[in-house]
Amino acid sequence: MAWYGKTAHELIEAVSQRQASAVEIAESYLGRIEAVEPRVDAFTQVWRDSALEQAARVDARIARGENAGPLAGVPVALKELLCTVEGETTCASRILAGFRSPYDATAVQRLKAAGAVLLGKLNMDEFAMGSSTENSAIKLTRNPWNPECVPGGSSGGSAAAVAADECAFSLGSDTGGSIRQPAALCGCVGMKPTYGRVSRFGLVAFASSLDQIGPLTKDVRDCALALNVLCGHDPMDSTSADVPVPDFTRGLDGDMRGVRVGLPREFFTDALSGEVREHVEATVKALEARGAELREVSLPHSEYAVATYYIVCTAEASANLARFDGVRYGFRHPEAKTMLDMYVMSKTGGFGPEVQRRILLGTYVLSSGYYDAYYLKAQQVRTLIKRDFDRAFEQVDVIAGPTSPTPAFRFGEKTADPLTMYLSDIYTISCNLAALPGLSLPCGLTASGLPVGLQLLGRPFDEEMLLRVAHCCEQLRGGIGKPPLA
Amino acid sequence: MSQITVEDVEYIAGLAQLEVDAATKARLTEELGKILGYVAKLNELDTRDVPPMMHALEMRNVFREDEAGPSLPRDLALRAAPSHDGQYFIVPRILDTDEV
Repeated sequence: MAWYGKTAHELIEAVSQRQASAVEIAESYLGRIEAVEPRVDAFTQVWRDSALEQAARVDARIARGENAGPLAGVPVALKELLCTVEGETTCASRILAGFRSPYDATAVQRLKAAGAVLLGKLNMDEFAMGSSTENSAIKLTRNPWNPECVPGGSSGGSAAAVAADECAFSLGSDTGGSIRQPAALCGCVGMKPTYGRVSRFGLVAFASSLDQIGPLTKDVRDCALALNVLCGHDPMDSTSADVPVPDFTRGLDGDMRGVRVGLPREFFTDALSGEVREHVEATVKALEARGAELREVSLPHSEYAVATYYIVCTAEASANLARFDGVRYGFRHPEAKTMLDMYVMSKTGGFGPEVQRRILLGTYVLSSGYYDAYYLKAQQVRTLIKRDFDRAFEQVDVIAGPTSPTPAFRFGEKTADPLTMYLSDIYTISCNLAALPGLSLPCGLTASGLPVGLQLLGRPFDEEMLLRVAHCCEQLRGGIGKPPLA
Repeated sequence: MSQITVEDVEYIAGLAQLEVDAATKARLTEELGKILGYVAKLNELDTRDVPPMMHALEMRNVFREDEAGPSLPRDLALRAAPSHDGQYFIVPRILDTDEV
């Protein structure tokens, strides 16, 4: 039985009804990985033995009549930057090649405790810096819908693996769109929860005030089920929010009455590809039939989000990445004779070009004489961006628009000029700057067969509203089918 | 905001402990100049009375009792180090001299 084509909630049902064992499901997924990896290259590590052991333990618990957890037997894969005791945690960087973490990230511990079966790890842009996964030091990952196109990034492996049915769902991380943009480009559902919703303990830091872990799934219900397990306060992360965690599946009833949906006029401009615009508008329009009210809203500082982001994120990255000094873990240059040589030669030899570029930019904007002009200024504009959303959310309950200005682009198309690549995150970045939850879901295919993503943004800690609206969109528009991988 | 020069790139590379060869230096000067030219867009905004964002969401300081809890065992903490002696991390000499 081809269990790999199923959603997580279908698998949970099958396991609980004893229609499938966790081992059968794991074997189905491992077979699928073997069959399509030559074409997709999403995985950096496949943990066949430990996955089958975990699945056997789930089956044993069920046989004894025990509760095996809310995700019992669901095969999951993880972005390379989540610390795991199993395998390596490389962040797709040379500087962490071979690194074995002494502990599991909290999100990983929660998945394990919920009975999920971990299949392995997934490719990404080095240290999550990129929008196409082309910055991986390990390999290129291809878009399952078209092998000549990128899967998006930085969680490109996480999105490609879900789209190609190589795992039931995956975890990614989102600093400026790194879950939502690849989810849009690969045709899956991706959620960046509110900052603080999911513990960052064990997530290798890129920009600490923006980073958040989230799921990439095959449908909206799976996204809600994953959040039920991932969310919650963690004393190991001092920025983790101590707020109640609802059952995220409870609002998935298709009722849109009284829901006010805002359409930011700044998101629907000439920068937006015509086909993306058509699908997004048609989907949002359809919500009206279910009782939603559509309103135009304004986010006047949207055009400053990318500039603000590339100051804030590089500043934070330059501080976070200073820890890779070749002492406690990671690459140490074998020819370094002195302490200073060790630092310089290890970093220079270990970090790839985009990571070095961002460290330098971050160092510059924080350096003496430039701090006020760049970093302070950016933090002030960040306040303005947040105020835009505060005002908009006085009038509407959710904001809808495109996730990415274009569908998946071709390899090499944006690598020559870093700024061109940065601008592919134009719609996703402000969500991180304002610490909001954001979700992308597939809303159609272009004429050339590439998925289009619809983005929903909500009030802090109101993931339920996003899931409710997304679920309704999914019902109204139907699925986009499966990529042509056979 | 001023235009970035090759000397600036040399200076910040020193601060960041990165080594850049001449060709890379020229390329970085151009790329960083372009990015900084783009972010100069923020100067269009008057932010005199706008407070900088310290936390996006309301945050209070997080305290806990100062109690000893389980910590990483030494062998695990040392396991990933490029060089150690089972007790300590080993690094190259810090002073560039033979004197003790």
